[in-house]
Amino acid sequence: MQWDIVIGLEIHVQLATKSKIFSGSSTAFGAEPNTQASAVDLAMPGTLPVPNEQAFRDAVMFGLAVNAEIGRRSVFERKNYFYPDLPKGYQTTQLAEPIVGPGHVDIELADGSSKRIRIHHAHLEEDAGKSLHEDFHGMSGIDLNRAGTPLIEVVTEPDMRSAEEAVAFAKKLHSLVTSLGICDGDMSQGSMRFDVNISLRPKGQDAYGTRTETKNLNSFRFMEQAIHHEVERQMDILESGGTIIQETRLYNGDRNESRSMRSKEEANDYRYFPCPDLLPVVLDEDYIESVRQRMPELPDARRARFKAQYGLNDYDASLLSADTSLANLFESTASHGKDAKLAANWILGEFSARLNSEEKKVAEAPVSGEHLGALVLRIADNTLSSSGAKKVFEALWSGEGHSVDAIIDAQGLKQVSDTGALEQIVDDVLAGMADQIAQYREADEKKRKKLMGGFMGPLMKASKGQGNPKLFTEILQRKLEG
Amino acid sequence: MHDKTVSELARDLAEGKVSSVELTRHFLNRIQQEDSRYNSFITLCEEQALADAEAADQLRARGEATPWTGIPFAHKDIFCTDGIRTTCGSRMLENFVPPYNATVTDNFRQAGAVCLGKTNMDEFAMGSSNESSYFGAVTNPWGENRVPGGSSGGSAAAVAARLVPAATATDTGGSIRQPAALCGITGLKPTYGRVSRYGMIAFASSLDQGGTMARTAEDNALMLNVMAGFDPKDSTSIDRPVPDYTASLNQPLQGLRIGLPKEYFSDQLDPAMAAQIQAAVKEYEKLGATVKDISLPNANLAIAAYYVIAPAEASANLSRFDGVRYGYRCDNPKDLMDLYTRTRAEGFGAEVKRRILVGSYALSAGYYDAYYRKAQQVRRLIQQDFINAFKEVDLIMSPTSPSPAFVRGEKTTDPVTMYLEDIFTIAVNLAGLPAMSVPAGFVNGLPVGLQIIGDYFAEARLLNAAHQFQQVTDWHLRSPV
Repeated sequence: MQWDIVIGLEIHVQLATKSKIFSGSSTAFGAEPNTQASAVDLAMPGTLPVPNEQAFRDAVMFGLAVNAEIGRRSVFERKNYFYPDLPKGYQTTQLAEPIVGPGHVDIELADGSSKRIRIHHAHLEEDAGKSLHEDFHGMSGIDLNRAGTPLIEVVTEPDMRSAEEAVAFAKKLHSLVTSLGICDGDMSQGSMRFDVNISLRPKGQDAYGTRTETKNLNSFRFMEQAIHHEVERQMDILESGGTIIQETRLYNGDRNESRSMRSKEEANDYRYFPCPDLLPVVLDEDYIESVRQRMPELPDARRARFKAQYGLNDYDASLLSADTSLANLFESTASHGKDAKLAANWILGEFSARLNSEEKKVAEAPVSGEHLGALVLRIADNTLSSSGAKKVFEALWSGEGHSVDAIIDAQGLKQVSDTGALEQIVDDVLAGMADQIAQYREADEKKRKKLMGGFMGPLMKASKGQGNPKLFTEILQRKLEG
Repeated sequence: MHDKTVSELARDLAEGKVSSVELTRHFLNRIQQEDSRYNSFITLCEEQALADAEAADQLRARGEATPWTGIPFAHKDIFCTDGIRTTCGSRMLENFVPPYNATVTDNFRQAGAVCLGKTNMDEFAMGSSNESSYFGAVTNPWGENRVPGGSSGGSAAAVAARLVPAATATDTGGSIRQPAALCGITGLKPTYGRVSRYGMIAFASSLDQGGTMARTAEDNALMLNVMAGFDPKDSTSIDRPVPDYTASLNQPLQGLRIGLPKEYFSDQLDPAMAAQIQAAVKEYEKLGATVKDISLPNANLAIAAYYVIAPAEASANLSRFDGVRYGYRCDNPKDLMDLYTRTRAEGFGAEVKRRILVGSYALSAGYYDAYYRKAQQVRRLIQQDFINAFKEVDLIMSPTSPSPAFVRGEKTTDPVTMYLEDIFTIAVNLAGLPAMSVPAGFVNGLPVGLQIIGDYFAEARLLNAAHQFQQVTDWHLRSPV
């Protein structure tokens, strides 16, 4: 049987506010356990929550970025359940009246087409603490540093039909929230976590099948793997005549396997009700407009601008615009280096490869747009060959030098483009290569191209690597043909 | 000395007739000698009190004293006190020492008042007789086997027995007014949001309100001057200027319009009680007020709505008492579920458990609409009743409680009988209005309280009306000791 895959996502986005959503404690990651938990975060008796305005501003900005209706009135509710890392015994969240209403995001697929994914709503809530089950000799440790960190939970409609679409949406959302500056986007620290709802239905059927929810996926790769894994699991069950149980599952990315966490029957009755400690938050048009005014450029707009302003192709523009820090680096490089296309090539090529191999973020790169721009400038004016440019980049990256021109001088990388001098070298080298010249002249077009390399090596050697390869090729061709 | 009011003691201190240390010693001695009869205190803080009194005397010597400098008083044991255990009348918090002050606690400290100790109360403020306290029942100074009312029974008994001139209290469904009535003192529950709830251990957040207990209306006004005000730490507190509540105490009541809700003066009201209340209303007429009958048509729904909303909120508010971070924890839990269930089974008393169960039920899937949502609708109707009434009258008067202090054990077997104790007080909390109970006579030698309800933020008018009444009556001066 042919199956339709139906996927909906719930995404927890950790907001990059300095303090928690209902207390003044810091949200910085990585502090000693329980050092960033105040009396409010510990749910000491009598303590009360006070909302963090920044979290509202961030949520409104997100809502505007996904073309959503902003909840003019939003209400916090209590979601009741017991767990040791949930200090109050309830999570303060939004249910009936969330801050962000229905919206949508357009994603681009590999075949160049685009697809609209609807957002059901997004709400503000507080994160729980962490339970640590290792290192405590059969007991559990509780770290409440994370308790009260503001989150936006984004809930999509079940609009995605493949892992590819789900990942494209997740990446788009990542790009959005980091461009807005409301989330640091650091998935390894849990700044974005995905829950995936998956169901299958026979092709052509309208009604949805029974879904499962796979929780807490914290990388795009795990998410993709988990979807493939769950689709296969459900397909196996359905094709052997079984039925899917509505349940929550946990996926282990290292082993590529999943297990049931709880079934629908075991699900908690959360007994939601409006939190009486927090008044409904009413936002007026002026407030929403003031947030709109302060919104930074969004990736889609930036992409269009990169194409128009710098003449980039769609692919490069798309890659460079998705990440704000990469986009900023590109613009700085292009402005210092004058040649935007060359700047794009270097950032997407050498620079990105180096970042990836060292698992660094753009902000952590040891080279700036000013450096890269100076490099691009020297490539464009033929001072540097591509191999010379790589040497300069290496020196910049490793901190051996900070001025491109000084590195060129120090390493003697200045390209020789004086045609008289180059012709002399060509003549000298060809004088000792009679056999190869004869071979070249007898060869057909295709073979000649291959044979060129045999001349270029000795030429570069004779010029100590400083001859302009482009000019060498021109002169060589002329001499060989002649 | 202990028969004096706060304002009299303040005058004595100002005139140098007595020092704060002397006053503090005197009241501490009294508590040590007398309180075994009443059990009105859970914790005494002698050392801290004497140190504070000394500091107050030094402040006065430097000429920096304010009206509360050096005045002894007590806090209901629901207000968190930094470094002093705060139990909320529960085994769950028997050894809980908060590392922070409630805003109300801070306010009194800043005013220079001297806290002598923490008063007994129904467990987590759930009760109308102070019999649900883990630390034992409180005895009403007016009758050895009589309850003081609740939940602020310890504060009321301590003030009535002249163990302190004033005490803080809280009122969720009548917990200031009913014990004030039963103990023959004056109590005020302010408008919801007037006094910060920060550090005041929550029972039902949308109904809880801190307030005052003393023997006179004037002393209540002095207390409210310290307690009232916006608190950025409490999102439900209201940012609105605080008047000097003593400034308008002496305004004449000529032309004051008083409404008597016919629902609160039904045939079921004890005729002896009714007679006392009517006599009090007569006094107001003599003072120049006009009286008319009014109607609060949904008043009969108040108890039912309250006993859905308050337990629902309590069921969530009390979830934090789980044995994980502070408070009582059961011995040798074998796993997490055992830790939760035994900690809560052993740490909470019967009435608290009853309300957690009721509240959880009312919020559970399939029942929410029928109970919680319906109760909220009723709440709005009740609120509207009052809004309509205050278009015609300035104050509403009624008995505070259906009967005077009852005998201990009389109502503990049937929770609903106990809940009906608050039949006249609960609607006020649902509407968020300010109200007082003022001593208005005796039935069978037991005090009767007159409830006076005001419009939102009409505390000054309430205190004015109560003070004027106390200028022409002496019920508030009668002493059980």
